[in-house]
Amino acid sequence: MATLPSSDTTRDLSPGFIVALTDWIADWGRVTIDSIADLGRFTMFVLETLRWMLFRVPKPETLWPAFYQVGVLSLPVVALTGTFIGMVLAVHSYGQFEAMNLETRLGAVINKSLVSELGPVLAATMLAGRVGSAMAAELGTMRVTEQIDALTSMGANPIYYLVVPRLLACLLLIPVLTIMADFMGVFGGHSFSVYVFNIDMHHYWSNSAEYVMNFDIFSGLAKSLFFGATIALVACYQGFYCGAGAEGVGRAATASFVYSFVIILILDLVLNLQLEALYRTLWPDQARLL
Amino acid sequence: MPPTQDATPSMSQTTEEHLIELNDVSVQFGRQTVLRSLSLSIPAGQTVAIIGESGCGKTVLMKTIIGLVNPSKGHVRFDGQHLRQLDEQELARQHIRFGYVFQNAALFDSMTIGQNVAFPLRQHAALTSAQIDEIITARLFEVGLPKSVIRKKPAELSGGMRKRVGLARALVLNPEVILYDEPTTGLDPIMSDVINELILRTRHHYTVTSIIVTHDMMTTRKVPDRVIMLYPAARLDPDEPQIIFDGRPDQLDEVRDRRVRQFVNGEAGQRLMEMRQEYEESAV
Repeated sequence: MATLPSSDTTRDLSPGFIVALTDWIADWGRVTIDSIADLGRFTMFVLETLRWMLFRVPKPETLWPAFYQVGVLSLPVVALTGTFIGMVLAVHSYGQFEAMNLETRLGAVINKSLVSELGPVLAATMLAGRVGSAMAAELGTMRVTEQIDALTSMGANPIYYLVVPRLLACLLLIPVLTIMADFMGVFGGHSFSVYVFNIDMHHYWSNSAEYVMNFDIFSGLAKSLFFGATIALVACYQGFYCGAGAEGVGRAATASFVYSFVIILILDLVLNLQLEALYRTLWPDQARLL
Repeated sequence: MPPTQDATPSMSQTTEEHLIELNDVSVQFGRQTVLRSLSLSIPAGQTVAIIGESGCGKTVLMKTIIGLVNPSKGHVRFDGQHLRQLDEQELARQHIRFGYVFQNAALFDSMTIGQNVAFPLRQHAALTSAQIDEIITARLFEVGLPKSVIRKKPAELSGGMRKRVGLARALVLNPEVILYDEPTTGLDPIMSDVINELILRTRHHYTVTSIIVTHDMMTTRKVPDRVIMLYPAARLDPDEPQIIFDGRPDQLDEVRDRRVRQFVNGEAGQRLMEMRQEYEESAV
């Protein structure tokens, strides 16, 4: 077989390179278009859900099971994780504060971190993992087995019937779960600091009272409302538009947790910046300590 | 390949008033065309079987008729109204005029059988619990199910029982049109015939219009007044119609079209070779 001259070889490679390049551009174009379409569909889904939520109260028989799932069944796990986070915070901070002879300030650090940051984020993370994934899997299974089509064919709106109760449950109960996480975290931090590290209880609490402000508790609860709405909307959307078969349901459950968690972290940053700006506007002369 | 529609005149060309009309309907999912320029009329009271091989668009056609799938082109009229132009409430009102028996029954897992059958009544009828209980017991009795199933969950029933519960739920609001999606698939021959009998009885008792999507030739020969056969759009020539047969069940045996005969007689023919060829072409 005759060997091709090097110039011909270069010429032969060119079309291949162009094909690869156009394929690459086409792939990215498709990903971009799909992402924009997905975002548009999610926006429509959210607007439709809000419309139904604002104009028609869900029936009690759809609301109570959602409240039970989100509230009652999540309470033990949220309480347990809250307690341990409080204790872990005490263990992590004690050494450093002791080195500076500031161990009585531990209460301020633990309690402020818990009510303004860790409590809401922790409760939201547990909710996204426990309830969000379950919602996505449940609605995904309903989609795959045509139960959502069955609802529509019987003249019932699936968003009103399936999504609105779940959104309301997350929205109304996540502040309660956050309060529980805060309370148990404060209890865990106190127990470990006072009974294990032998920090004086009076100073522990007086320092807490000095540094932890009502605004910290308010900001934590305000953030939790956004987190709750995110969890419900992302989970229901993933389930509602899940792919075919068991694989589609599995992907919806996973995607629900991953997207919720990422959005919660981004929202946390944005909301912290906004709440800080709000605080400075309302009380320009009072600095927030810690 | 000559179309068989000339040999078997379309039964949609009837003087009766058409309850359901599809005009030049196409449905696409992404780049895949499932229904292509389909026109079809179904008069009130007729029982129509839609047959065709898997993936030819039978279920999509049925979902397009009820408005669960929106056509990419063309329009669907039900009782003179364009379904796509109706607002949400009016569309929901029209949906109540249909009863849909899903392929795997699509019963709500979280509810008992009683709650499943009562669901449309609780949504749309102002009845007392006692009245609802009376109706669901009567409907379950009609499909041959005892009162004891009312408290059971769908997972506790066999496939045939679930299908019959699906039929009871579809019948509970006395619909004008009943859509059956593969009602006998996955059932033993006796239970299949029980379902066929139920479809026939339902038709006689309630004078409904019935559309049955099926692969089952026993159902196709026994139940409908009219049979429509679809062919997958991807395998049609550009000018070929997607409906390759439209006639009475007894006319199926007179058709010369190889595709219809192959389906009716359950013969693979060259289908495996064709599928391999299609796969090679798509790979290229």
